[in-house]
Parts: sequence; C-alpha cells; structure tokens
Amino acid sequence: MNTVNQYLDHPEYNYKVVKQFAVMTIVWGIVGMLVGVIIAAQLAWPALNFDLSWFHFGRLRPLHTNAVIFAFGGSALMGTSLFVVQRTCQTPLISNKLAAFVFWGWTLVIVLAAITLPLGITTSKEYAELEWPIDVLITVVWVSYAVLFFGTITKRKAAHIYVANWFYGAFIVTVAILHVVNSAAIPVSLTKSYSIFSGTTDAMIQWWYGHNAVGFFLTAGFLGIMYYFVPKQAERPVFSYRLSIVHFWALIAIYIWAGPHHLHYTALPNWAQNVGMAMSLILLAPSWGGMINGMMTLSGAWHKLRTDPILRFLVVSLSFYGMSTFEGPMMSIKTINSLSHYTDWTIGHVHSGALGWVAMISIGATYHLIPPLFGRKQMYSIGLINAHFWLATIGTVLYIASMWVNGLMQGLMWRAYNADGTLTYSFVESVAASYPGYVVRFLGGAIFLLGMFLMAYNAWRTARSGTEATTNVQPQVA
Amino acid sequence: MDINTLRGIATILVMIAFIGICFWAYSSKRKADFDEAANLPFADDEKRVDDKPADQ
Repeated sequence: MNTVNQYLDHPEYNYKVVKQFAVMTIVWGIVGMLVGVIIAAQLAWPALNFDLSWFHFGRLRPLHTNAVIFAFGGSALMGTSLFVVQRTCQTPLISNKLAAFVFWGWTLVIVLAAITLPLGITTSKEYAELEWPIDVLITVVWVSYAVLFFGTITKRKAAHIYVANWFYGAFIVTVAILHVVNSAAIPVSLTKSYSIFSGTTDAMIQWWYGHNAVGFFLTAGFLGIMYYFVPKQAERPVFSYRLSIVHFWALIAIYIWAGPHHLHYTALPNWAQNVGMAMSLILLAPSWGGMINGMMTLSGAWHKLRTDPILRFLVVSLSFYGMSTFEGPMMSIKTINSLSHYTDWTIGHVHSGALGWVAMISIGATYHLIPPLFGRKQMYSIGLINAHFWLATIGTVLYIASMWVNGLMQGLMWRAYNADGTLTYSFVESVAASYPGYVVRFLGGAIFLLGMFLMAYNAWRTARSGTEATTNVQPQVA
Repeated sequence: MDINTLRGIATILVMIAFIGICFWAYSSKRKADFDEAANLPFADDEKRVDDKPADQ
C-alpha cells in the first residue's frame, strides 16, 4: 500500500506509476542533458569526437533530442498526466497492469533508442529517427497510454473534465496521429525502412510532424502540467477558467497549420509557406493568452515567490514560454527567417523553449510531486531547490544569449557580398567566428546540468528520509 | 463552385466557431459550473498528506 493512500479518504489511487515516471524524469533528464553537454563540447572542441563513429556529433545529436524530448519530457508528461487525471477525476486508473505496461513499454522504447541511434540506425527524419520496429512499439505503448488516460476520464466522479485533462488529451490524440502518419514507411530489413512519402511532400509531412511535436508534445502537454501545478502550488484556482477554454480551442486549432514555416524559401509552394507564416503569427494570441492566465493565477499571491522556489520554477517557466512564443512567430516572418534560418539562432530559440519552459515546468512539477509520493511533507532541502533554480536560470540565459549572438553573426556573415558579387566570408570563417559562442553555450548547458544533479541528490535524500519517517507516523483520521 | 469560394466559407465558419466558443465560455449561465471546475485540483485537498505533521 502506498504511503500517500493511507491518509486519503478516497479510492486507492495508483501512485506507483506516477512515482516511477517522476524518478525517471530526473534520471532521463540527467542522461539527455549530459549528452547535450557532450555534443556542445564537441562543437567547441571537435577533437572530443575521439574518432569513434558512435561518439560523433551526427550520432549523438539525435540521441540528445530523443532523450530530452521523449525520455525526460515524455516521463514528465506521462507521470503528471496519470497523477492529475486521478486527482481531478477523483477515481483510480482503470488498470494497474496497463499502467505498468505503459511505464515498462516506454522505458524499453528509450533503451532501444539509446542503443540504435549511436549505432547509426536511423530513418534520418528529425525527431522521428527511430526505425520501424521501435515505431511499432511506440504505437502500441501510446495506444495503451491513451486507453488508460481516457478510460480513467470516463470513470470520473466529478461532473466536469478539468482543463488540464483537455490539454493532456489533445497531446495524446494528436501525437498518435502525427507519429503514425509521419512514420509510415516500407521496411526492407529489420533495421532499414523507406518513407512512403518523397520529395517536397516528405518535407511537408516531416515538418507538419516536427512542428506539432513542438505544439502538442512540448506545448499542449506541458500546458496540462501548468493548469494543474501552478494553481496547486500557488494554492488558488486558475485566474480565468473561461479564458482557459478559449485558450485550449484556439491553440489546438491554429498550431496544426504552423509547420510550413520550417520550409521557407524551399521547393514548398509559396502559398503554403505564407499559410505557415500567417498561422504562426496568429499563434501568438492563444500562446500569450495561456501564459497570462498562468501568471495571473498568482495575483494576490506574488509574495509566495519570495519564499517558494518551486513556485518560482513554475512562474519563470511561464516567462520563458511567453518569450519563446513571441520569438517563434517573429522568426516565422519570411524576411526575418531569411536571416535566422540555418543559424544558431534557431538552436537558441529551441532551447529557450526546451530549457526555459519545458524543463523548468517539469522540474517544478516534479519537486511538487516527489514529497507526497514518498510520504514526506516537503523536499529534503529547500535551499538546494533554490540553488537549482538559479543554476537553471543562469544556464538557460547563457545558452540562449550565446546562440543569439552566434545566430545573428552567422546570418549576417553568410549574406555579406563584395562589390563584385562574390561572398565576403567563406563558410568556415563563420564557423571559426562561432567558437566563443560555442564555449559559452557549453558552459550554460553544463551549469543547467549541474542543477539537475542537485535535484537528483535532493530527491534521493527526500526518498530515503521518507522511508524512515513513514515507519514512525501514525495514520490519522481526517 | 470555385475553390476560393469554399476557402472563404471555411474561414467564415472557423470565425463563427471561435466567436461561438467565446460566447459559450463567457455566458453568465455557466459561471457557477466553471467556478466548480476551476476548484477540482483542490477537491481532495483537506485530506492531503501535506497537512499532516511530518513526524510525530
């Protein structure tokens, strides 16, 4: 019996799967970010490739992206969604066996990714590199997750489906569709397949998938976290429930069209590029609507930011969300994209979202979850959470500022012409000029990773003291 | 019918749907329902383990 359930006057919730995912959020966070720091170091000091094929940037980069998005982010989303759906529907998961299958199935997917990607087994589709047998496994696990989540909603005791579950639901359904369509391929062997799409169609399907992985995996899902954990940590209901409904429908209706902005000035028809740009600009409205809704939840409780570093993680994640969802539409404008595309500015933008928004809100939610999951009142050390907050913030700022500088510089160098029409700089000159930025980026990433180690230590101490404490606690009747 | 007429109609339908959602969400009839829904995260709060003294 779970320690939390002892004190609660409600049906036995399944906290085991939440605990497993919460722990793995920290573990995969460290693994994925460590690989990120390694490849950042390789870009600054290429000798760190050690001439090992499986240790090259090209092999490790997809391992980094898959590990942080699907292993770290995926564990945070699956764990929190299965926690939130039980708490807000006031009913346990429909099946503990299915929950165990989802956890171990997802873990197997991640382990297979960690083996195949360094070996160079890849479809070469960005963020969808895994080969077809793993894609089939992902589909089976994802459908099981969907059955578990929506099945639990159908058994709910509350009349209403809380808004966080709407966002989680949109994330689960859309990611299933994106994955199945984009991964459609003809296998030629166990480790090689060819996409059923080709040419420009393939590119458009890929970025319809790619941008909606951002929109539904990295945004809608994490907004589900925001709508539960920000009110919970601030101890007051969300600023406007009505705005959250408009936010939901506007966000999911518009995000799906924004993909073509990844293909500006390519063979994609011009009208499709323009649709992508227009929809990306409109997307600013629902994005900021949601951000403001989260921020304003703190109205009347701003003083809590002074003493509560967990709330600070959640609120600063919303600031980075607002910043990157302003930057994104701006970069989708074709004239700006002609400067920013293919430069490090894009990498900076991605990490302002990935470190600032996705990682920080996951970290905040995990700090909120760890103590009750291990039967404790609070984390072992609030001071260490505070230290982690500052390391994460400084790390993120160093990362994105260095990439802004690098990106603008590269874009300007690549478009500089001499009077006779020849290029002013060769490509390698722009690479050499990027070196200081790459060093600062490595430092920023390493500082962020250091914070994750503090989190792991803090969680471990919390879990250990939890087992000691629960043996002494007498269950009380509420 | 010209394809562009269809596209125009689609745009208007989406606009009507958006305005409809806004009216639906902000109608005063649903205020009580939404207030109740907004408090769902706190529904089983009073029995939280957090409220118990950590060690006794």
